[in-house]
Amino acid sequence: MTEPIHIPVLRGGETYSSLDRAELTSPRDGRVLASVSQANAGLIRRDLRKIHERTAVLRSIPTRDLLEICKRAGELFMTASLPIDDDGPAQGPDDYVALLSETSGLPHTLCRRNMNKVRTVFDEMEGILGGLMRGMDLSVVDTGFGEHCGVRVCYYETTDALGVVLPSNSPGVNSIWMPALALRTPVVLKPGREEPWTPLRIIRALMAAGCPKEAFHFYPTDHEGSATILQGCGRALLFGDEKTTAAYAGDPRINLHGPGRSKIVVGEDMIDDWREWFDVLVASVVDNGGRSCINASSIYVPRHADEIAAALAEAVVSIEPKEASDPDARLSAFANPKFAEWIDATIDAGIDAGGAVDLTLEKRGTPRRIEVGGSQFLRPTIVRCQRIDHPLARTEFLFPFTSVLEVPQSSMLDALGPTLVLTAITRDRDWIRELVRSHSVDRLNLGPYPTSRAEWDQPHEGNLFEFLYARRAIQGAIPGGAEC
Amino acid sequence: MTDLERAIREAAERLDDHVRAIVQWHFSEETGTPYWLERAATLGFDPRSEITCASDLQRFPLFDGEVLRTLPHEQFVPRAYAGRPFTIFETGGTTGMPKQRIGWEDYKTDYEQFSDTLSDEAFPPGGYWLMVGPTGPRRLRLAIEHLANHRGSSCYFVDLDPRWVKKLISGREFDQAKAYMRHVIDQAVSILENRRVSALFTTPKLLEELSDRLSIPDAGIRGVFCGGTTMTPQTTRFLVEEVLEGKVEFVPTYGNTLMGLAAHRKSLRADGYSITYHAPQPRAILRVTSFDDSDRTVDYDDWGRVELTTLTREFFMPRFLERDEALRRRPCDDYPWDGVGEVRPFGAESSKIVEGVY
Repeated sequence: MTEPIHIPVLRGGETYSSLDRAELTSPRDGRVLASVSQANAGLIRRDLRKIHERTAVLRSIPTRDLLEICKRAGELFMTASLPIDDDGPAQGPDDYVALLSETSGLPHTLCRRNMNKVRTVFDEMEGILGGLMRGMDLSVVDTGFGEHCGVRVCYYETTDALGVVLPSNSPGVNSIWMPALALRTPVVLKPGREEPWTPLRIIRALMAAGCPKEAFHFYPTDHEGSATILQGCGRALLFGDEKTTAAYAGDPRINLHGPGRSKIVVGEDMIDDWREWFDVLVASVVDNGGRSCINASSIYVPRHADEIAAALAEAVVSIEPKEASDPDARLSAFANPKFAEWIDATIDAGIDAGGAVDLTLEKRGTPRRIEVGGSQFLRPTIVRCQRIDHPLARTEFLFPFTSVLEVPQSSMLDALGPTLVLTAITRDRDWIRELVRSHSVDRLNLGPYPTSRAEWDQPHEGNLFEFLYARRAIQGAIPGGAEC
Repeated sequence: MTDLERAIREAAERLDDHVRAIVQWHFSEETGTPYWLERAATLGFDPRSEITCASDLQRFPLFDGEVLRTLPHEQFVPRAYAGRPFTIFETGGTTGMPKQRIGWEDYKTDYEQFSDTLSDEAFPPGGYWLMVGPTGPRRLRLAIEHLANHRGSSCYFVDLDPRWVKKLISGREFDQAKAYMRHVIDQAVSILENRRVSALFTTPKLLEELSDRLSIPDAGIRGVFCGGTTMTPQTTRFLVEEVLEGKVEFVPTYGNTLMGLAAHRKSLRADGYSITYHAPQPRAILRVTSFDDSDRTVDYDDWGRVELTTLTREFFMPRFLERDEALRRRPCDDYPWDGVGEVRPFGAESSKIVEGVY
């Protein structure tokens, strides 16, 4: 039997082997795949106290050079054997996919798709920064000064480092913090318990591409350690459920990424043509194994709800769990089988309460939860809900699940609730204006686009540049010009 | 027979002698303790004739700590001490009515013995001490002062009320807890900046907080005597290598009002910073018992619940189940009797225990 891989702590890029370890096991057969060094909260606190010294190293590199580093890192991320620990074998891309799949439950196909997503972020970093900075010259990040649309601007850093408490649901989530490096801000990462692989591989690729090691802090840790990161960094991103994020609600230093509860709404003007863009509904539900916050968890239509729900059930019912390495695998296993049991029971309880029907269960005739190859899966589930206040109506689960509701167009806006991505299929300009004004919606897709579609020049859950940099009013002139 | 085996046998013989003497003392009409004289009638055996060695202590039922909350103190005054005023000590972080132990000289004896385990380099005789931690009604406050005095030193004190901290944390008043911590550390920093202090007693959390404000070795501290909350191997290593910068001697301890003070095995680094404590035998015995059956001692290196037996003329308390769990550790040259390793709150693995900022 091979030795478990040791995943170290990184303190300013230096590996640190902790005496407290957590075992990362295969949910399929219980094999210990990795021994993960755990950073104690005191150690993190101590590092954060002197982080400004490390920040200076990254900020000595011009943004243009960092963009070049990102391009090289993208290639290395996809192809190179990169170290995990100082000792021990390097990890090639196939090993990475195999381990990521084993611990997170994602099939290899989705692992590779997420790899490509990460690479796209590396490759398109200039465009991403352009979107975040609204086309402002990137030299503003280097000098703090510039001119934009004929107006003088001055920006300053709001923090010495960006803290990120990551989830385990999908490797693609790392794309949210990656631009921080190009914005010359070091990162302090707490990886998700089942998914240390991707953030570490991104870090290793960036270091191998020439990014200073001082920019990277990687702390597998407990709740106290997470709280230390959130409180100790001037700015932080927190991923988690509502219970986790509630404690930090209202803290402007912390950007919360809770459940997405992404939705699709269809206007009166287009609902009768639903078969034309039906594929958009299917993709929104099942892309990325239905595990992302940008998967649609509710669909509101003004009529035809029964037909649409039935067609959706028909479309997804054939998606069955497969072995992780199967090229046709589209569903992810649950790293924590108890979580699958809980979700299954929660949906059953919602159905039993009345007012909702699981159409997929009726069509399939087999249970929602199934074990394949030692792993627990939940099969795609389409629920036709009768009312908006039903417990399953606006609920998000970590698998392809959606509720279909018939809601008058005039009531849809009020019925939205917090919505990370809203796809609005309509050409009704008055209604679009109302949707644009909504405070409930983070990203608005106008037209038949899957909720899962990401355009990289648009911000995701807040603008990272505006989070990491603040504009200062500036008057007068700097002796010798702006290069100071 | 190896030297260690011989030492183990001799220690066991000394313990058996001590058990017989203490049981005789507490159960005799002349010197005995009212509580035990009354209990003797319901035990179903005659302690004076039937408790002849340490293993016989298993015949006692588990000690009900509630009696230390509810019964009059006089019930625990041995007749030999009748009429002598006593000191009342209370258990550490308890909220509500605390357990109370009365005593006369025990704390002095315990800490004088403990003093023999401290090095003069790290805890120089005559050098000033600073205690930052729970004082108030706890035995620790007088004990630390006595320890300093016993070594020819005097001690400064900064109080921390763990009961208040526990309430703040349970009530999720984290800002208040932090402010209180800052208040405590401010006072400690003030003393360290204005007085020459060479030895420090504090808790792991407070030690870490203190090091955020100043370099502990640069402040003149040569030895730190530390206890009160759990120290995992990683925490211990962090304290030794980073908080104390590898320049200050670190002496972890495990103790409480009911036991006294257990010393740590000196081979901290060689043991991978996994701390093992040994009870001040024969005055106290620590046994690691099965979670399911407190009559059974677990195997070496297995986890179990800590059982304390206190055996002094002032206080006899057989088989009290502590609110801690630990690994059972083997005897060693310095302490040829069982030790307890990696002590942590009972149930720490399955639930989050509020240990407070102290």
